[in-house]
Amino acid sequence: MFELFEHKADAGVRGVGKSKEEAFAECAKAMFSVMADLKKIGSEEKFDVEIETNDLESLLVDFLNHLLYLRDVNEMLFSRFDLYITNDGGGWKLRGRAFGEKINKEKHGIKSDVKAASYHQLKVVEKNGKWLAQCVVDV
Amino acid sequence: MMFKKIKEGIWEMPKQGQMKVPARIFATEKLFGDIEQGAMQQAVNTAQLPGIQKAALGMPDLHFGYGFPIGGVAAFDEKEKGVVSPGGIGFDINCGIRLIRTNLAAEDIKPKLPELMDLLFKLIPAGVGQKGKIRVEKNELAEIYSRGARHMVEKGFGWKQDLERIEEKGRMKEANPEKVSEKAFKRGMPQIGTLGAGNHFVEVQAVEKIFDKDIAKSFGLFEGQAVVMLHSGSRGTGHQIATDYISVMQKAMEKYGIKVNDRQLACTPIESQEGKDYLEAMWCGVNYAFANRQAMSHWIREGFEQVFGQDAESLEMEVVYDVCHNVAKFEKHKINGKEKELLVHRKGATRAMPKGRPENPKIYAKTGHPAIIPGSMGTASYVLVGTETGLKESFASVCHGAGRAMSRHEAMRKKSGEQVKKELEAKGEVIKGKSLAGLAEEMPEAYKDIDEVIESVVLSGIGKKVARHLPLAVMKG
Repeated sequence: MFELFEHKADAGVRGVGKSKEEAFAECAKAMFSVMADLKKIGSEEKFDVEIETNDLESLLVDFLNHLLYLRDVNEMLFSRFDLYITNDGGGWKLRGRAFGEKINKEKHGIKSDVKAASYHQLKVVEKNGKWLAQCVVDV
Repeated sequence: MMFKKIKEGIWEMPKQGQMKVPARIFATEKLFGDIEQGAMQQAVNTAQLPGIQKAALGMPDLHFGYGFPIGGVAAFDEKEKGVVSPGGIGFDINCGIRLIRTNLAAEDIKPKLPELMDLLFKLIPAGVGQKGKIRVEKNELAEIYSRGARHMVEKGFGWKQDLERIEEKGRMKEANPEKVSEKAFKRGMPQIGTLGAGNHFVEVQAVEKIFDKDIAKSFGLFEGQAVVMLHSGSRGTGHQIATDYISVMQKAMEKYGIKVNDRQLACTPIESQEGKDYLEAMWCGVNYAFANRQAMSHWIREGFEQVFGQDAESLEMEVVYDVCHNVAKFEKHKINGKEKELLVHRKGATRAMPKGRPENPKIYAKTGHPAIIPGSMGTASYVLVGTETGLKESFASVCHGAGRAMSRHEAMRKKSGEQVKKELEAKGEVIKGKSLAGLAEEMPEAYKDIDEVIESVVLSGIGKKVARHLPLAVMKG
């Protein structure tokens, strides 16, 4: 599941799941729910995603920012994610796919723009078998 | 948090703990009482960064941001291990405001506003993920990064004399496209000449009141006049440049022994390779935003020409000025009586150089340049001018707007976009928006009272009022 948390000027995006992957995917959904009506975004088109970082928290920020890059360059909105997160000892790696469709102003119930994901209030933690992934995005 | 009033309109938290300088906030008593603890803490965090000079400053519209507060000004000395921080500028590099004048009377154009706004809505691409009408390839984009508004004027967008009326004459010379990533290029190509979404807008306004007749005259402003305000930034390319270098600095900070208590404050010394690279890339973002506003100004003029059946020259649609409110620049300032070259970060703050400073263009040498401050949707906007007090107290900076008082969530819970639109229309305003939900987030009640914000500027003496404008019609992304 995902939710938005309060931030005065911007928006907090949070994903919770049984795994890191699920928490990341839900957090990405939260981000796209700031931009549009998530339920109305199809999933016919897919894009490969591959991110590497030193720490798990940066992996979340880089992942979200990469989705914003794909959005701008391909005019896409995303609604579903298949992700695999691994650690080879030297760093973290995220591989997977983002599913979505071309932005359609009439169909998608466009809300606001998200400019970038920030490191502010960034958290990727496991508690009682549940993973939580969150940060503040600049709106 | 222990802030104390040290002068009329100025509040200070003295240097303590890890702070290298005090933190100071410019506000009336009323406004100061409403500033949230989180924003004050962010100003205090900024005061702990290496090489910071004089004080970490909060403008009257200060509010909680990420890392740095919004409405923050911080100046660093390269010679004292001073840093540069992309978070101290923001993701929307050179988000800024341009004001265009006309010789039309606001009263006379009212009947034609619906037609004008419909046309501007067609001429100016806006909204989330909206591509532009101008197609540029990579080599031309590199030109835009290097030469900013200058390139657009040569391409036929706008007038040569516009350049004189833009901060830095529309071009940061030190910009270097080689420091811009492939990803930033790819985001920049389709979006040149687009407004964006969120709080970006084109607003037709009436000059309601003039406070300083002589200065207003030099700015080309008079009571009852119709003017146009444009708010936009560097779009996806600026966001990508910031994202890229925040990531670079996260990794590099350790090497320089810098520790920060919010990762979004990531920074490196100005003299470091990472710092220099970022500055050269960031200035490309600045130039992109100048070019972006230049393209849109051209379409604003086109819209007026079509609706009023006269050319823009005979409508005297000169640019009044164009200011950046998310940027860092090297400027000379006096610290304890000694002149120093400092890297002044302004995040949600507007430069307001008083007369006599070299940053002013020739046309404004005797007055100081206009500092343009937009209000929230449906409320007043102001034109200010810098003062000697401002130069001394705030590194010649003033606020950048009203500043948020309510989160987007809270705003949306209070009223629907439809309701906000109806209320503004009942006041006689013409509203065009790509997104109704977006309108709810920008409702007037979600922001601080702009008049109180401007009173804070006046009370502390960091700026002077020149004109107050009221909105007539607005177009939002």
